[in-house]
Amino acid sequence: MRTRFQQGLDELRQKLLRMGGLAEQAVDRACQAYVERDLTRCHMVLENESLINAAEREIDELAFDLLALQQPMAVDLRFILAVTKINSDLERVGDQAVNIAERVMDMVELPPAELPIDIPRMAAAVSAMVRRALESFIEAKAELAQAVLEMDNVVDRMRDEAFIVLVRKMNDTPAVTRQALDALLIARNLERVADHATNIAEDVIFWVRGRDVRHNVESPIAQQTTRDTH
Amino acid sequence: MGVDIQVEQLNAWFGKTQALHDITIKMSANHATAIIGPSGCGKSTFVRCINRMHETVPEARVSGRIRIGDLNVYNGTSATQVRRRIGMVFQKPNPFPTMSIYDNVAAGLKLNGFRDRRRLDEIVEQSLSRAALWDEVKDALQKQSGASLSGGQQQRLCIARALAVEPQVLLMDEPCSALDPISTSKIEELIFQLKERYTIVIVTHNMQQASRVAEYTGFFLLGSLIEFDRTEKIFTNPSDKRTEDYITGRFG
Amino acid sequence: MSDRATMQMGQADLRVSLWRRAVDQFATFIAGGTVVLVLLPLGAVFGYLVYKGIGSLNWAFLTQTPQPVGEAGGGMANAIAGSALILGIASLIGVPLGIGAGIYLAEYGRNRFGDLIRFTADVLNGVPSIVIGIVAYSIVVLTQKHFSALAGGVALAIMMIPTITRATEEMLLLVPISVREAAYGLGVPRWRTTLSITLRTATSGVITGVMLAFARVAGETAPLLFTAFGNTYWNWNVNQPTAALPLQIFTYAISPFDEWHRQAWAGALILIVLIVVSVCAVRIAAGRGMLKGTS
Repeated sequence: MRTRFQQGLDELRQKLLRMGGLAEQAVDRACQAYVERDLTRCHMVLENESLINAAEREIDELAFDLLALQQPMAVDLRFILAVTKINSDLERVGDQAVNIAERVMDMVELPPAELPIDIPRMAAAVSAMVRRALESFIEAKAELAQAVLEMDNVVDRMRDEAFIVLVRKMNDTPAVTRQALDALLIARNLERVADHATNIAEDVIFWVRGRDVRHNVESPIAQQTTRDTH
Repeated sequence: MGVDIQVEQLNAWFGKTQALHDITIKMSANHATAIIGPSGCGKSTFVRCINRMHETVPEARVSGRIRIGDLNVYNGTSATQVRRRIGMVFQKPNPFPTMSIYDNVAAGLKLNGFRDRRRLDEIVEQSLSRAALWDEVKDALQKQSGASLSGGQQQRLCIARALAVEPQVLLMDEPCSALDPISTSKIEELIFQLKERYTIVIVTHNMQQASRVAEYTGFFLLGSLIEFDRTEKIFTNPSDKRTEDYITGRFG
Repeated sequence: MSDRATMQMGQADLRVSLWRRAVDQFATFIAGGTVVLVLLPLGAVFGYLVYKGIGSLNWAFLTQTPQPVGEAGGGMANAIAGSALILGIASLIGVPLGIGAGIYLAEYGRNRFGDLIRFTADVLNGVPSIVIGIVAYSIVVLTQKHFSALAGGVALAIMMIPTITRATEEMLLLVPISVREAAYGLGVPRWRTTLSITLRTATSGVITGVMLAFARVAGETAPLLFTAFGNTYWNWNVNQPTAALPLQIFTYAISPFDEWHRQAWAGALILIVLIVVSVCAVRIAAGRGMLKGTS
């Protein structure tokens, strides 16, 4: 029944996944650029930004049409609302990737510095979060989404550590202040990406949650999954 | 002014075919309850059991208990007495064709022996006002027949006629399905105001109407009540998969 | 498509449409023709009646009783009055019974018993009028030991009832169930709904049925032969033999007197006129009672 509607929902899912892939790729690429001090990669990130923005517009338009024309109810309605929110989070992830790339471009201009911070490790954790959040969307599994929520604390701690460590480094070695600052900003950007991944996971739980409750599966962090975005 | 409607273990048959299975539901006073479900699910039958119209069909049978406030519908009251406490509006507007607008509204009272002419005038005006029809017809009360009005006006006339006998409950069986969108929205507005005085049960196959108008919704399927809850819950996160399949259009 | 082919197709279309139009007009002509053919005898009868009877129709005719045999003059006043009396009795008996039976059949008679009644009514409808006259004779005349207007009324009532019953039943069944349900929904008991709502909605059709029955029995002669029997004088007593227009016409028509023949023609004319007038009068009266924009 409602083939056109089903097709619309499927299209929405496909588009969102594609966009997720683009955003994930942008973050990975920016972090690779940091490790390899590679300007080309930075430029690629900046260029692909427009693709992400275009995808956001497309998805919003499609979601809007489905809402107006198909009067979705219950799970379908929750799905479309979740998609619009995830859409906006993914676009911000893209923005953060651009921010990271810009910091890297700045750092490449400067002489390389010994910094006591493991950006790649943080990047890996954050990437994993984004990937798992998108997985939970594809699979419509609230447990996967919950796992993402738990990882957020880890990344927050990493950012706090980076702050302390890098401030000390700046005090000790004023010559590398600029590089340290760039690295700190990169760490903050990564933490932001993690927050967006958390949002995405929450949206998935909102969408899926009705069904979970129906099958009597209690979500243990129900209290944490609020509708607010930070 | 409205009262609760309490239905317990209601079963209904047409001859050998069972149309309703063990329906238990409570409809709250001064609220609107929507009854939704696919064709043939028993929603009209259910509503017609409340005011004992089901019995007008030959070989119709009912078991169970229904209470309207303190009135026991099936035990100890005659069908006509019950129906005087309940107003009913039907799917297709059905004003009495040979009567004027005034006589239509007054019919329920006159045919039951009410004679006070002055009081009748007041009641007719009040009922037509409550049905949002007074301004449109006040100059032609005795001159125009009920059947000469437009569809939407006719339905409001039927509502006025039902209100004139001061019922406690108003049953509406797909009242807007024969009407255009503007008439429909006028009547939906009306239901909002009527809720203050009456308890309303509205059968509708239009889910958007149910969600606009009713605080509670009951979903019927194949003669059983599948789910009954606040309207927001039913339409955003129903508990039963069958309910969800119906409202998302997966079937029905 | 080539121009030639298009033209050929166009010509074919034209031929078809011309043929269709011809057939259509021919059929209309035939239909109209049959109407004329049907109305012709009616018009002929009426015209002939007027021709033959108008001469003898005068004030004396309408106000005087018959003169003794052989004498000229006199009229059918008593027959006109007698017909009115007998028809009045027939209506008083037949209309309530007929409508009552019709109501019963429509509202409560959807069963075997109802079918039996319907069958009986249809059979009764087909019984020859003279047989009905004999029945009334044996029931009323033999019991009373004399002829009477009452007996005549009974006979005619028996003839009216089936028509009225069937018409009433049909008209009541035509009232949509939604109208009845509206009344039930208001808490109106069934009997009241039937009388005040259903019957009222069907009034127009029921009146037509009654008028049909009335017009039919108004001209019946055979049943009156040995019930009302006829009378050359005024009579207002229900229990006495009474004159009636059809009877009088019959008596005069088979008589050997020219004077009476002329009066028979006038009588026939006045009978038709009175029937038409009374039907129209009832229609108008009923119409005024209902008006107010009913469609």
